[in-house]
Amino acid sequence: MIAELGHYALVLALLIALVQTTVPLYGAARNDFSLMGVAQPAATAQFIAIAIAFGALTHAYVTSDFSVINVAENSHSLKPLLYKISGVWGNHEGSMILWVLILALFGFAVAQFGVHLPPTLKARVLSVQASIGVAFLGFILLTSNPFLRLDPAPIDGRDLNPLLQDPGLAFHPPMLYLGYVGFSMAFSFAVAALIEGRVDPAWARWVRPWTLAAWVALTAGITLGSWWAYYELGWGGWWYWDPVENASFMPWLSGTALLHSAIVVEKRDALKSWTILLAILTFALSLMGTFLVRSGVLTSVHAFAVDPERGLYILAILVLFVGGALIMFALRAPSMKLGGLFQPISREGGLIMNNLLLSVATATVFIGTLYPLFLDATTGQKVSVGPPFFNATFVPVMIPLVLLMAIGPMLAWKRGDLSAAMSRLWFAVALSFAIGIFVFWLHSDEPLAPVIGFALAGWLAGGTLKEFADRIGLFRDQLSKSLSKARRLPRSAYGMTMAHLGLSIFICGAVADSAWRTEVVINAKEKDKTSVAGFEAQLENVDRLEGPNYHLERATVIIRKNGEYVTRVFPERRFYPVQQMPTTEAAIHTTLLADIYVSLGEGSKGQGWTLRLWYNPLIPWIWAGCLIMVVGGLISLSDRRLRIGAPFKQAHKKVQENGLLEDA
Amino acid sequence: MRKLIYLGPLVFFMTTAVYFALPIIKGKDPRILPSAMIEKNIPDLDLPPLLETKPGIDNQALIGEIQLVNFFSSWCGPCRTEHDFLMRIGKSNIVPIYGINYKDKQKAAKKWLLDLGDPYERIGRDVDGRTAIDWGVYGVPETYLIDKQGRIQYRHVGPLSESIFKEKISPVIKVLRKQTNG
Amino acid sequence: MAKYQLFMLTLAIIVSLPLNAPAVEPSEILQNPQLEVRARNLSQNIRCLVCQNQSIDDSNASLAKDLRKIVREQLISGASDNDIYDFLIARYGDFVLLRPPVKATTYILWYGPLFIFFAGLLLSVLFLIRRKRIMPEEPLSLEEKEELSILISREKEG
Repeated sequence: MIAELGHYALVLALLIALVQTTVPLYGAARNDFSLMGVAQPAATAQFIAIAIAFGALTHAYVTSDFSVINVAENSHSLKPLLYKISGVWGNHEGSMILWVLILALFGFAVAQFGVHLPPTLKARVLSVQASIGVAFLGFILLTSNPFLRLDPAPIDGRDLNPLLQDPGLAFHPPMLYLGYVGFSMAFSFAVAALIEGRVDPAWARWVRPWTLAAWVALTAGITLGSWWAYYELGWGGWWYWDPVENASFMPWLSGTALLHSAIVVEKRDALKSWTILLAILTFALSLMGTFLVRSGVLTSVHAFAVDPERGLYILAILVLFVGGALIMFALRAPSMKLGGLFQPISREGGLIMNNLLLSVATATVFIGTLYPLFLDATTGQKVSVGPPFFNATFVPVMIPLVLLMAIGPMLAWKRGDLSAAMSRLWFAVALSFAIGIFVFWLHSDEPLAPVIGFALAGWLAGGTLKEFADRIGLFRDQLSKSLSKARRLPRSAYGMTMAHLGLSIFICGAVADSAWRTEVVINAKEKDKTSVAGFEAQLENVDRLEGPNYHLERATVIIRKNGEYVTRVFPERRFYPVQQMPTTEAAIHTTLLADIYVSLGEGSKGQGWTLRLWYNPLIPWIWAGCLIMVVGGLISLSDRRLRIGAPFKQAHKKVQENGLLEDA
Repeated sequence: MRKLIYLGPLVFFMTTAVYFALPIIKGKDPRILPSAMIEKNIPDLDLPPLLETKPGIDNQALIGEIQLVNFFSSWCGPCRTEHDFLMRIGKSNIVPIYGINYKDKQKAAKKWLLDLGDPYERIGRDVDGRTAIDWGVYGVPETYLIDKQGRIQYRHVGPLSESIFKEKISPVIKVLRKQTNG
Repeated sequence: MAKYQLFMLTLAIIVSLPLNAPAVEPSEILQNPQLEVRARNLSQNIRCLVCQNQSIDDSNASLAKDLRKIVREQLISGASDNDIYDFLIARYGDFVLLRPPVKATTYILWYGPLFIFFAGLLLSVLFLIRRKRIMPEEPLSLEEKEELSILISREKEG
């Protein structure tokens, strides 16, 4: 009964979305306020209807209602509650419901908080947002309905893939979707602006928080996915340049570019058509990710339930929306007014370089990911584009970007003084050299790549810290004055400083891990010892135990350093009988400077077990760096001027009040 | 002219979309690889027999006639799928089939042939899978078509079936026969 | 045909998610540590053909294991890295390399990003030049005038 209610709610949501697409758009064209006013309650109603559908599906999962096909195929009565809930989006149909739920949530948020949006813009944004909803609700109802029944119902379900029964992966998809779908907001604003034929700083002030929110969620989502791959797959690696990973990374890169170009629109009313284009392309890349994962046109280790027919449908949605938006772009963008003037050496110029390099980075990943498809279609030849390619091409694009990241924020708007900025960079140079020399001293007999990597990270950290210190006049003014300046500093400034520092920390982790990771593979019987990177590991014993829905072998491994006890870790090997699938649960001992990563392989008491140990230096810095970026984004998001619903006038006043401070 | 630049993203996007649609419409499976061995001579091999009644396989055995070489294994599910069809070819004398038993236990393979029938002219045992790697095999079952000079002319990955044989392999055999006769 | 699809489906199920067991077994590891390092590096550049986008270093598929053994045997017999790549390309084609060779069919792959960078740079420069031509030095906007007056008044106060 509840499943049918969910099904009905979905149909209702589709109808509401249809109304929300058409009526406000027509109203905006006719300048009819009552018709435009339909958008707001419709967005609310659509969100409620989809929330009911999502709730109904969740209910079916939690109560293990195996008469629903989707539940029978993806759940099991013995599964822990958390994974019953996360199982809702652990499959294609359920994940699409989550997708439209988030889509409607964003629409709802605009309807609720967008009180001060110009009414025609608001109506058009909500209309475009609803039209995306129409397409995906139609897609769900036609090809991927999760509420279909199974008669007779099986006694128990087929269970969720055990690799997905993991806390990291339970929250990875919702975060990722918040990011992907969040960019739909930027898209809707872009298309609405194209319909209106007008883009101004107020528009950018509206787009920025949504883009930032999506960016924060996507960063968190990718980080969670990478973290999951790291501890769950048992290979010790954290990024594989797999097409599915790349599919999430491309919108991140272009979304980062969008975040920066929107600043130029907001502050200087320039780069408008480029920003519109970026907003369209970022959402296009998000949709493309959805397409690639589900269509099976590329081979990936993470292939979702591959279904070419569904793939074609998503492709049709992609073509309709992105193609349509790009046609409007081609028609409207040429006549857009040019904004504020600036010199090539200026904050604006720096942000243009930032956008250029991020676009090239996106293009590198794009070409590398899709080249096998392209070559096969044109010549019939097969080619593999793997991590060695991306390491060779992506990193060189990042180096100038990081170099620029320290300089850019020091340039003034309109007309920057490069030599003045350079003279302020002495701290970056000093830190860069200090760290570089320190690393060289530690590892003088090895290749220079990590030295360069660390020097870059030092450069970025130095530049970022110096810029922040100058802003609050640290060491120049009295401390109390600096502190009061720091208090008055807008939160977006803190956000930027943190995000850039986060990247610097991330670079340290990534460079150290790729250069100095050590791995030991041994066959160990109980009491056997081995050593990795100065640590001694002893396999104490291996126990056979029972989990809630799996059997397991759990090893006890004692880690010592110089004969002194450090810790005890418990790597597991699980076997899930329903899916007939073994998994390994690595045990990780994390310190500030490194992970000791222990994974238990196959084996028996007589033969001994395969034991793999990694010493992964600075790998916690990768997650820490990403986390700092996320927090930086959140702080920036809480900025008064960006806060959702902060009225335009107030924001305007605020800019006047301490405009010079911010723009310095 | 300047306005044309604004059409660039649209043109680029639409081109990409066509490349996305092509493999789906054509029903291409990205996992199927073309062979790098086409038009090349068969690699050197000298495989011991699986059965006492039939000799093993060496280069000499594979030269002089148009024939199929089938890599199979008793542990491979899809091999069972194609076995009925192989039996029919074996009986019909359309083209001889040579079997290479890939990484299998002798006992299991023998029992398999006893249960399901033996379509092969000769069977060689590739115990460590090295011969298969020399041929560029990446998953059993795989079937190669060899011409009279001992060159590989076609490779099929996955189980054979009547429709695949008619569509893909028969035409090549016909062309090869014409060449040698004419 | 239906059977074929069934086969592909089972294949898809078998290989679609990464088996989360690492690959290299203790018994495979070479005595000579330098050769072993080379073997690991080579393995990371060679694609496991039955898997999806994994190197033979990451895969525990039986073919990947065989290829790892071959790599190590050839290293012991004194083969150079290129000898080993050539051996595999002869059998499996360029597809076996995770870093595609630079040749006519991969120019777009290798040089495309560089081309886009220079094209983008050119466009940005043209854009800046054109703007300068079209728009004369702009007078101060209302907002800027206000900012200026605030600045002046602050200067006076401080």
